[in-house]
Amino acid sequence: MYLKLSYEIRDKYLRKDMLPTIFCPGCGIGSVLQYTLRAIDELGWSKDEVVWVSGIGCSSRVPGFVDFDGLHTTHGRALAFATGIKMANPDLKVIAFMGDGDTAAIGGNHFIHAIRRNLDVTVILINNFTYGMTGGQVAPTTLKGLRGTTAPYGSFENPFDIAELAVAAGANYVARWTVFNYIQGINSIKKALQKKGFSLVEFLSPCPISFGRRNRMKTAPELIKWYNKITVPISKAKNMSPEELEGKIIIGEFVDRDRPSLDEEYEAYKKRAKKIMGWEE
Amino acid sequence: MKYPFPVGKSDFIQGDEAIARAAILAGCRFYAGYPITPASEIFEAMALYMPLVDGVSIQMEDELASIAAIIGASWVGAKAMTATSGPGFSLMMENLGYAIMTETPIVVVDVQRSGPSTGQPTLAAQGDVMQAIWGTHGDHSLIVLTPATVQEAFDMTIRAFNLAEKYRTPAILLTDAEVGHMREKVDIPNPEDIELVYRKLPSNEEEAKYPFGDIHGDLIPPMPIFGKGYRTYVTGLTHDEKGRPKTVDAEIHRKLIERIVNKIEKNKKDIIDYETFDLDDAEVAIISYGIVARSAIRAVKMLRSEGIKAGLLKLNVVWPFDFEMIEKIAEQVNAIYVPEMNLGQVYHLVKEGANGKARVELIPKIGGEVHTPQEIVKAVKRCEKCI
Repeated sequence: MYLKLSYEIRDKYLRKDMLPTIFCPGCGIGSVLQYTLRAIDELGWSKDEVVWVSGIGCSSRVPGFVDFDGLHTTHGRALAFATGIKMANPDLKVIAFMGDGDTAAIGGNHFIHAIRRNLDVTVILINNFTYGMTGGQVAPTTLKGLRGTTAPYGSFENPFDIAELAVAAGANYVARWTVFNYIQGINSIKKALQKKGFSLVEFLSPCPISFGRRNRMKTAPELIKWYNKITVPISKAKNMSPEELEGKIIIGEFVDRDRPSLDEEYEAYKKRAKKIMGWEE
Repeated sequence: MKYPFPVGKSDFIQGDEAIARAAILAGCRFYAGYPITPASEIFEAMALYMPLVDGVSIQMEDELASIAAIIGASWVGAKAMTATSGPGFSLMMENLGYAIMTETPIVVVDVQRSGPSTGQPTLAAQGDVMQAIWGTHGDHSLIVLTPATVQEAFDMTIRAFNLAEKYRTPAILLTDAEVGHMREKVDIPNPEDIELVYRKLPSNEEEAKYPFGDIHGDLIPPMPIFGKGYRTYVTGLTHDEKGRPKTVDAEIHRKLIERIVNKIEKNKKDIIDYETFDLDDAEVAIISYGIVARSAIRAVKMLRSEGIKAGLLKLNVVWPFDFEMIEKIAEQVNAIYVPEMNLGQVYHLVKEGANGKARVELIPKIGGEVHTPQEIVKAVKRCEKCI
């Protein structure tokens, strides 16, 4: 893969009057944003045919920084707004840039139902195991025993595996990487963007300030080391026992299939309705 | 264009059905909803008609998602609607505020039932007036219409779309189970005879740069819809004229919110709609809206026949509210009576408007039944006597 210089991507896609970003030192959101823009650039998509949607939190600020049509909405509701955008104009390509709270907590219901319907949207998910913007509270993805301001003695709840959840709910494409798997990440986003129906690319993304600091990983490099320790490629995981996988997070491509998308189904539904009413042959 | 229901003639239909048909004639092509009594028939009619007119009707996972979806649809240029009842309306408050803040034209129908909580699902009430006006948080304004008949439900649905588009704001059609489920004759006009309003679009790149400014001096910015190459950013955060988040600048917040409130407030005369019956020489005024206004008309006639000079002000729009007009009425009459199917909601607005110039008495009724004319007459006479 030929990688363009970062400033070319920046100059082409970011809104200069919105810079600098609000992101903290060591945050992974900027990297994931860069991967997404690189994927769009390599696909040669026009800025006028893509709409970005987000919910609330650090990740949700991304549509503000990119020079596309964008809707920065309410906490967790990005996919519900996206449903209206996509269904009212199926020609538009929709990217939902979401956080783990958006996806799995307040927006959990919208998430599983958007997948069940197979809404044609690409979710780029920042999973940093915490509520970064509000100051490091635990998230539904926080691993057991890790600390947050609302679980100062270590989380006592079972976390969600969002990628597995998306596979079970019926997504067409699901992949998970750490923010440091950049080639795989860009390739996955490219695949996801081209996929009709629901696609999800999840990134384990460092939040040294709100999350790392409370869990003895004050810097991004410390979080990289930790990701290396806890992640297992999906090919390797297949040959591992449940005991060996305890506490590990699987990365890689989880599913790649082509079930018909919601807008395609609705087109067929309209034809069926007109036929049943005798309006069309 | 072919319609899946008769146009240019009258039909005998339910209020909910009338709302669905009117929405389609108003140009609504996106409906998202979640079933709830007594509003479900609106959704069912939309589900039947929408695919036939190349529109979208979709059953979302809940009411929060329903209003979110119609806001999304509105930003790509569709006229969009959702319908619900009190419990669902409560769930919509978060995104109703978002629609106000982002100046998104949408229509929300609330077919009121009795509450709080799940209350009496199949019976009528007027308990959501304050929720419609003030339910979402923060300083804001919007438009609330109150039909009393099935014909009005039809006509006001079209008007709700027109007002939403004209003022780039959510319009609430606040009806109730009685109007929603009642069958009456409705004149459905020919589509070409219906006057439709469409949102102002930016006429050039320069205008599109200020989707939240006041470039025409009318407080209503043109709306650059998505997918047209303007690359607009929309946020529920306090934003400047370009739509850029500016959350700690008091002046920017004040300017934005005052414009959002003033675009409704300064156009009050255009938005407000009311009817009067025998009010000119009245000594006693009844102020009423929605289904109860029908009993109130009869009550006025009965009071007149008994020698009490009564008159009626029937509010077709309860927000914005014409406080000045109420004060004028209060200066003319001795007493104002407000029969409502609640324990006092518009009563408080009327009392504020009357400004102490006349006695204001509430005639409350809850439990799901509409006031009978006799009940209103009795309440007025009892009170008139005791003074």
